[in-house]
Amino acid sequence: MLVERNDPMLPRWYRIQHRREELANTFTVTLEPQDHEDIPVFDCGQFNMLYVFGVGEIPISISGDPAHPAPLIHTIRAVGNVSNGLQGLKSGALIGVRGPFGTPWPLALAEGKDLLLIAGGLGLAPLRSVMYHVIAHRKAYGRVTLLYGARTPEDMLYRQECEHWRAHLDLDVAVTVDRATESWRGSVGVVTRLIAHALFDPAKTLAFVCGPEVMMRFCAQELEKCRVPGEQIFISMERNMKCAIGFCGHCQYGPFFICKDGPVLPYYQVKDLLRKREI
Amino acid sequence: MPDYDRLLAAHPFFNEFQADYLHQIACLATTVCYERNAYIFHEGDAAEQFYLITRGHVMLETFGVERRGSISIETIEAGEVLGWSWLFAPYRWHFSARTLEEVEVIVLDGVSLRYMCEADPMFGYALLKHMAVIIMQRLQRTRLQLIDMYRADGG
Ligand SMILES: Cc1cc2nc3c(=O)[nH]c(=O)nc-3n(C[C@H](O)[C@H](O)[C@H](O)COP(=O)(O)OP(=O)(O)OC[C@H]3O[C@@H](n4cnc5c(N)ncnc54)[C@H](O)[C@@H]3O)c2cc1C
Ligand code: FES
Repeated sequence: MLVERNDPMLPRWYRIQHRREELANTFTVTLEPQDHEDIPVFDCGQFNMLYVFGVGEIPISISGDPAHPAPLIHTIRAVGNVSNGLQGLKSGALIGVRGPFGTPWPLALAEGKDLLLIAGGLGLAPLRSVMYHVIAHRKAYGRVTLLYGARTPEDMLYRQECEHWRAHLDLDVAVTVDRATESWRGSVGVVTRLIAHALFDPAKTLAFVCGPEVMMRFCAQELEKCRVPGEQIFISMERNMKCAIGFCGHCQYGPFFICKDGPVLPYYQVKDLLRKREI
Repeated sequence: MPDYDRLLAAHPFFNEFQADYLHQIACLATTVCYERNAYIFHEGDAAEQFYLITRGHVMLETFGVERRGSISIETIEAGEVLGWSWLFAPYRWHFSARTLEEVEVIVLDGVSLRYMCEADPMFGYALLKHMAVIIMQRLQRTRLQLIDMYRADGG
């Protein structure tokens, strides 16, 4: 029995305790284990494999508070087979969960430094756990800035929470949307434009960037223009996954297995790969 | 009167310009404050000023598609420059600029700047080179907006 519990390929059964519609096709589920045992602790940036019976399994970042791993929290956008399957499930339904897997955001390395979090679209989900951690350990960091870009005001994830963070005097939060109508009184334009206006000491800054690959690429370039060294920029990569433990090679990206060497990687290690097509 | 030589020298757009150029430009400068929701210029109007935003946010917008009101294009904020239509024929604004809050700008007489460019090609080259960087940055950002990178089927 013990062998089975520790087998990383075997899912544990979790019940959907609660679900919350975030955006038109994006929802958050809170999950509790069916066996009522502890939920494994996780580090910010790690992901779980979520399994829908008879449909399949997908990697999804953990977007909850690492100090309170129970219940397990995931925010999911329905884009295809499995994520649509998850969207169809109601509270009370059972799903399989394996994890947590993958490399975390290097928060220990960021201690004593300025921290710049840059999220695009759903990329705010894996950075939300960083926000929880940073707020709980605020004194450990210098200036903390969150730059968030969404498609439209209606597509802004965790909008209330963003407002709440914005009210913190010791956090700088800037939000921008790619397109908007007159009623939106905030910033319009891509998230890269916020970088030059953010206050941070480039030599002493760690930047965590999460979003679509193209967005991360341009953000990293902009950060370098602002003299943040490539070794201090971290990005979270996405690739299709099967085993999630470095066996099958499904998630290979150049010399890396994203499930094991990633998803969080230093930008300088993937910079050249990001410039190539179809890797 | 504000010390425009110093203000211009501190502005990212002009901070590499020679002091004598800055002094000439300073002679063309005034400061204007706008209330929230005011139009600095309107699409189609004659473009005769170059604006350096020193405080606040400005929205560039265009006419809406039927009944949708205006469409926001991009926000420009303190430290950035607003408008290059004064530099290129037909010298008409392509967009409108509306303040999102109280805004302070340094206004430079664009027509005189244009004459300065014609009269002194070295100055003209320096100004156009800096403007080209701004135009390139805005073009890159617009391209990224067009990619629509967060869309549900491929973000
Ligand atoms: C480490 C990691 C963490 C992730 N965290 C999250 C998360 O927190 N929340 C979340 O919603 N997703 C997350 N993803 C992405 C998620 O795993 C994919 O959306 C999912 O695997 C798609 O599987 P599917 O069966 O639903 O769609 P499929 O049937 O495999 O794909 C259907 C269509 O969707 C497109 N598609 C696939 N992936 C994406 C994507 N990421 N974005 C947009 N379109 C896509 C495909 O190109 C295809 O056209 C993460 C991925 C990784 C690798
Ligand atoms: S998913 Fe199998 S090696 Fe990464």
